[in-house]
This record gives sequence, structure tokens and C-alpha cells, in this order.
Amino acid sequence: MVLLKIKFPFQKRVRLAQGLWLLSWVAMFSGAITFAMGVFLKTELHRRSEVMHSMDIHIVPNLLMAVGLASVGINICAGKVCQDSLDPTRFPRWKMFLPPFFCFSVFLTSLLLVAMILSFALQPSLEESLKIGLKNGIRFYKDTDTPGRCFQKETIDRLQIEFQCCGNTNYRDWFEVQWISSRYLDFTSKEVKDRVRSNVDGRYLLDGVPFSCCNPASPRPCIQYSLLDNSAHYNYEYQSEELNLYNRGCRQALVSYYMGLMNTIGPCVLFDFLLQMTILVSLRYLQTAMEGVIGQENVEIETEGYILEKGVKETLLETKEKMKKLLQFARVGDASAVTPDTEPEADKPATA
Amino acid sequence: MALMKVKFDLKKRVKLAQMLWLMYWFSIMAGVLVFSMGLFFKIELRKRSELMDNNESHFVPNILIGVGLLACFLNASGGKICYDSLDSTKFVKWKTVLKPFLICCLFFNFLLIVTAVMCFAMRIPLEFTLAEGLKNGMKYYKDTDTPGRCYMKRTLDLMQMEFRCCGNNNYKDWFEIQWVSNRYLDFSSKEVKDRISSNVDGKYLMDGVPFSCCNPSSPRPCIQQQITNNSAHYSYDHYTEDLNIWKRGCRDALVSYYGGMMNTIGILVLMVTLLQIAVMIGLQYVNTSLSTLVNPEDPESESEGWILEKTVKETFTDIMAKMKAMGKGSQVDEGANEEAVATVS
Repeated sequence: MVLLKIKFPFQKRVRLAQGLWLLSWVAMFSGAITFAMGVFLKTELHRRSEVMHSMDIHIVPNLLMAVGLASVGINICAGKVCQDSLDPTRFPRWKMFLPPFFCFSVFLTSLLLVAMILSFALQPSLEESLKIGLKNGIRFYKDTDTPGRCFQKETIDRLQIEFQCCGNTNYRDWFEVQWISSRYLDFTSKEVKDRVRSNVDGRYLLDGVPFSCCNPASPRPCIQYSLLDNSAHYNYEYQSEELNLYNRGCRQALVSYYMGLMNTIGPCVLFDFLLQMTILVSLRYLQTAMEGVIGQENVEIETEGYILEKGVKETLLETKEKMKKLLQFARVGDASAVTPDTEPEADKPATA
Repeated sequence: MALMKVKFDLKKRVKLAQMLWLMYWFSIMAGVLVFSMGLFFKIELRKRSELMDNNESHFVPNILIGVGLLACFLNASGGKICYDSLDSTKFVKWKTVLKPFLICCLFFNFLLIVTAVMCFAMRIPLEFTLAEGLKNGMKYYKDTDTPGRCYMKRTLDLMQMEFRCCGNNNYKDWFEIQWVSNRYLDFSSKEVKDRISSNVDGKYLMDGVPFSCCNPSSPRPCIQQQITNNSAHYSYDHYTEDLNIWKRGCRDALVSYYGGMMNTIGILVLMVTLLQIAVMIGLQYVNTSLSTLVNPEDPESESEGWILEKTVKETFTDIMAKMKAMGKGSQVDEGANEEAVATVS
């Protein structure tokens, strides 16, 4: 039983070939756009790579870039096949090339769906990576004299200003680390000595945050230090104060930024996937319809086009048999290479 | 003696018309570019109009928008004329319009050059507007409860962070104004009372700057308060400290930002002017080559094209003579009228 058989008179074949040629140009641009979006996403991820611990999420833009490039090639081939299909003398040379081409293209196009699924599935991994990265960034904030870490302060400050966020989960993360370098602390002063002695590790902890946490929308000048002390500032209550600092944590800000990017890219990728599958299905119909014309005297006869010659189950069984034969030949080939004088036919019943 | 005479046969005429049609398409796109740059410039000025006291002049972007639209229209007409010039029946209807159209193009090119010069020259009034606007902006920084000025603090903070600048000329401008609102000052404390009584106007002045002046590249946490007091901070010398806060003044930063934008736009307008002059000369050649056919019935005959029928000097004297004749003509008319009136009365 042939799968999805359609009759193709000559005019329909010609129109299919022409429409497919046009569509392959559109799909080529769509593939290029997918590639460009992959590049954009990778650049954005790379920009903040200093606060990300693992690079797992990079597989999504990598897939998009690879498939985008490949689909440009696939569509150029498809366009060429369409052009040749209108000339029955030129079409036969594609006969050997097309079946593996179809398998390859379907595999690549399905990678687009995989990329979309991964972009949602890898969200927890992204969040974890940012959590660790930001924790380290905040810990090394003060190390502006340590080579390799001297730009952490600037990175974290610019990140907090640009994404309007403070700390990892919220601003209280800054209370748990020493973010002022010991180079700028006067260890002879009583206040510093008290603070350093008040905790086990001897760190200078305070209820203050860096200036980059300050919210410009606040009606009063920024309060950065003694945040939990209501009496230190006139007319100030930290429990009800909302506008002074940024309330959001940087991890949440970055995750929603990247998820937003991927949600915008998602529909475009889906459109590209659907377009590509349409082209592959139409090309298959064109190929099978043209195969009926090859060798015939009259090129204008009506032929049939189908997706699979037999049903899905039968095709799968056939493919399995073919694979088995290939493997057997390979195994027998090895055996005959080891013992060159033994007949391969005589070996077969012995191994079976 | 015609200016830059060139012989034309049919093939050359066709090639000229085709090339000119293509160049007109480029000119239409250039016109759209000028229009969009004018629009972009207008939006940028509007974005920061609070910092310019809402007093900034939108003259230059408006002219750019108008010139862009006019260029699109003129170039579209020119393109149509070129397209029709290949068909002698269609070209007949354009023959009478062509000379005034070319004179319009000439005036338009002058307008383009004037626009480019104005783009470069706008820097000076902009500098004055910005100086005034920033000074007032800083004065109203603390008025976050006054309607109409409540967003000045946010605007100034965001601007200082974006342009990496502090104050009008430099950070010391913040020392001369009260930028902390009275709502957040404890008037019962000694420190506040001292500061207020220390100056004539009773303002709370201090040697501190807002947080938006802080430089993230500084290796130490930002020092915003008591900037000039070396003993207030450990290991600090405000004379040698240059990474703590932004050193540049916001007037400088904004003027160079807008100045750069205007220079780019001015250069682009000059390039568009050159393109327009080229298409105008091309159209003049098309016009003259089609009107001097050796055999008017045969479209394949040879012809000549030139830019000016006589030399520049002669053309100029011709125009002057024509204008004098027009002036005299009206005078003679008046004289004849007076005589008629005299004889009647």
C-alpha cells in the first residue's frame, strides 16, 4: 500500500517544480535568518559568560547556526533538482543522490525541533549556572588587585546597572560577603576591628551594598550603607522602603532576559522548520512523479507521486533487512580478509 | 560655444537614459535616508529635551525631513522623465516642463548645500542650550515631589550613567547646589544646622555627589561623600584619585555626542548633494540630446548634448539682460499707463 498517493498530470508536475523552486529561495533566506539568530544568541550568551559557570546552554545557538547553514545548502540543492526536473534528460543523474539526501535533510530539519525543545529544557541548567557564576562574582568583587579577577568588580557593577538588579537572589547577598577590599580598610579603627571580630572568618561584613544597586527612580538620594538601621537615616524605614535599591536579583533578571530572547526566536525557528518540511515533502513527490517519466517516449504522460512506495511498517522492515545485509557483508568481508582461501559461501551456513 | 558638448547616437542616448534611471533610484533611496536621519535626529533631541530646558531648536531636523521628502519627489519625477525619454511619443509631453524642472533641481541643490552647512553650524547654539538646561536640571534634582519636575532626578541620574559624566563642567558643580531634598534632612541635628547657617541662602551644601557619578572601573568602592576631605577615608588623596568618579562634564559629553551625530549627517547630506548634481547634469544631457536631433522624424539620428548652450559668462549676461528687460518692460508699462491717465484726465 503506497503512502499518500497523488496523481500528477504534466501541467501539475510543471507547476509543482516551479512553485518548489520559488519556495526553496524563500527557505534559503529563512535558513540564513535562522543562522543569524543563532549567531545573535551566541553573542549575547558570550557577553555574560563571566557570570555563567557552565556552557551547556550554548548548544542551542550552536544547533541553530549549524542547521541554518545546512539548510541553505539543502535548499540550493532542492532548487537545482527542481530546475533539472523540468528537463527529463537531466533528471536521471539525481537518481542515486536523492534518497540519502532526503534522510540527511529530514535529520537536520528535525534538529531544529530539538533545539527548540532544548531551549526550554535547559532553563534549570542555565539558572544553576548563573547561580554559581554570580555567587563567585560577588565573592571576588573586592579582588581588584588579583590578576584574572581584577575586572569582576566592573563586570558586576555594569551588570547590576544594565539589568537593574542587585545581588544573586536579592540585595541581602551583599551582606554575607566582604565586598570592600582590605586595602581600603583602616585596621586601627575601632569600628573595623569590631566588625572583623564579630564573625568566625574574620571578614569585614556590613549591611551595605555597592553603588550599582542604587535605583535612579528613587525620590531620595541613594542609601547604600546601614540599610537595616532605621535610626541611621532621617525618615527611613527599611521594611517599607521599596524604591531605594533594585528589588530584583540578578539571577532572575538574567534568566528572564534569556528566556525572553529564546521565546522570540522560537516562532521563527518553528516557521523555518515547517517551511523546510514542506519543501522536503514536495521534493519527494516531485522525485517519485518524475521517476515514472524516465525512460518513456512521451514526457507529458500522467504519473503518480507518493511519499513511501510501501507502507511505513514495510519500509522500516525493508530498511532493517538492508542494514542487516550490509552488516553481514561487512562481517563476512572481515572474515574473508583474515582467511583468504576459505569460501565465504561455505562459511555462511556454518555461522547461520 | 556650448559647455562640454558631447555627440550622441541612438545607442549612447539609450545607455545614458538607462544609467540615469538607475541613478535616480539610488537618489530616491538617498532621499529616504536623509528623511530618516532627520527623523532620528529629531527623536534624539526630543529624548533629552528635559536637559535642554525644552528650549532646543528643531529647525535643522525639520529642514532635513522636508529636504528628504522633496528629494524623493523630485527624483521620482526625474526617473519617470528618463523612462519616458526612450519613447519619443511619451517624451513630447515632458518637453515644456523640462527646463523649469531643471531650474528647480538647481535651486534644490543649493538648498541641500545650505542644509549641510547648517548641520555643521548647529553645534554652537546647541552648546549654549545644553549649558543652560543642565544648570537648571541640576537645580531641580532634589524636587522629586514637585509636579512637572519630579522626573528630573531620574533623568539626570540615567544621563550621568549613560554618558559617563558628572555635573555641568565637572563634579564640583554638585558642591554649589543643594541636591538633597529638605524632606530627608533632620533639621534638629547639629550637622545640618551648621551647614545651613554656613551660607547666605540657607542651603544644605556639601562636598558630595550623587551615586550616578560613580565610576564602575574604580578598584575601590565608590566615595561619594566628603570627596575633598582626605582624612575621612582610609588611604585616599582626592588630588591623585582619578578613577573614583567620572571626571568629564556632562555638557562636554552631550555636545560631543550630538556634534558627532550632526557631523555624520552633514557629510551624508554633502554626498547626497553630489549625487543630485550628477543626476541633474545627466538629465540636462538627455534633454539637450533629444531636442537637437539632426533629423527630427528619425529617432535613430545623431544629436548633440551639452550642459549650457553658451559659455558660463555668456549665459550669465543673458540672464542679467533678460531680468533688466523684464524690469524695463514693467517700467514702460507704468509710463504708458501714466500717460494714458494724464491724457484722460
